[in-house]
Amino acid sequence: MRIPILKLHNYLLISIQIDLDDQTAIQFQEDLLNKIHSSGATGVVIDLTSVDIIDSFIAKVLGDVVTMSDLMGAKVVLTGIQPAVAMTLIDLGIHMQDVPTALDLEQGLIKLRQELEE
Amino acid sequence: MDFQSCVNIKKEWDIVGARQLGRDIAKKIGFGTVDQARIATAISELARNIYLYAGSGKVCFEAIDDMNHKGLSIIAVDEGPGIEELSQVMEDGFSTSGGLGAGLPGVKRLMDEFDIVSEQGRGTEIKVVKWLR
Repeated sequence: MRIPILKLHNYLLISIQIDLDDQTAIQFQEDLLNKIHSSGATGVVIDLTSVDIIDSFIAKVLGDVVTMSDLMGAKVVLTGIQPAVAMTLIDLGIHMQDVPTALDLEQGLIKLRQELEE
Repeated sequence: MDFQSCVNIKKEWDIVGARQLGRDIAKKIGFGTVDQARIATAISELARNIYLYAGSGKVCFEAIDDMNHKGLSIIAVDEGPGIEELSQVMEDGFSTSGGLGAGLPGVKRLMDEFDIVSEQGRGTEIKVVKWLR
């Protein structure tokens, strides 16, 4: 399974709408980095509105992809994390403090624009 | 006790299968969205541990419904190498696989009851329970 990555001007938009298995998550990580490289995108929004579970592995993959993209020069914002997912992550002991987040896609794009203009 | 169903964990995709079945059962029992997410996440961690460290095993679900208690009991069993240092794996941040080390201590916090029995060379059995409030 491949997660589609859409390009919009300088941004890449991803909406994860499936129950992520480990392999799909790893594949997505690689696909996103390749897409950043080939498109020259400076900002990425990963929307998690439809994701109803993030376990420690998926959290690690998402956290890593933010750091990896940052190394390449692209800012990533995670958006739409559900209340139940946020509570579960904290129970798990995963705080994702260095990961930029926003309430929804719209807020995410605003946040990206602000960060990139600084 | 209503029924028991098990998911064999042999390949990576079985992790997803186990947590989906667990979530469905939790929903039927009457757990809310947040507890469904907690239960599904705990199952995911338990199933991944089986897949990563033992290679294969199973995760079984049992609805508990006695006089004044309703809940879901989950048992994860494998015949893998067992856990050498139990106290270590229950520490936050301890990992031998390069993960976050959030797995077992995380599962303990997500659920209401947590029991682990592990024998080196024999395997590991983890039983967790979430009560319906």
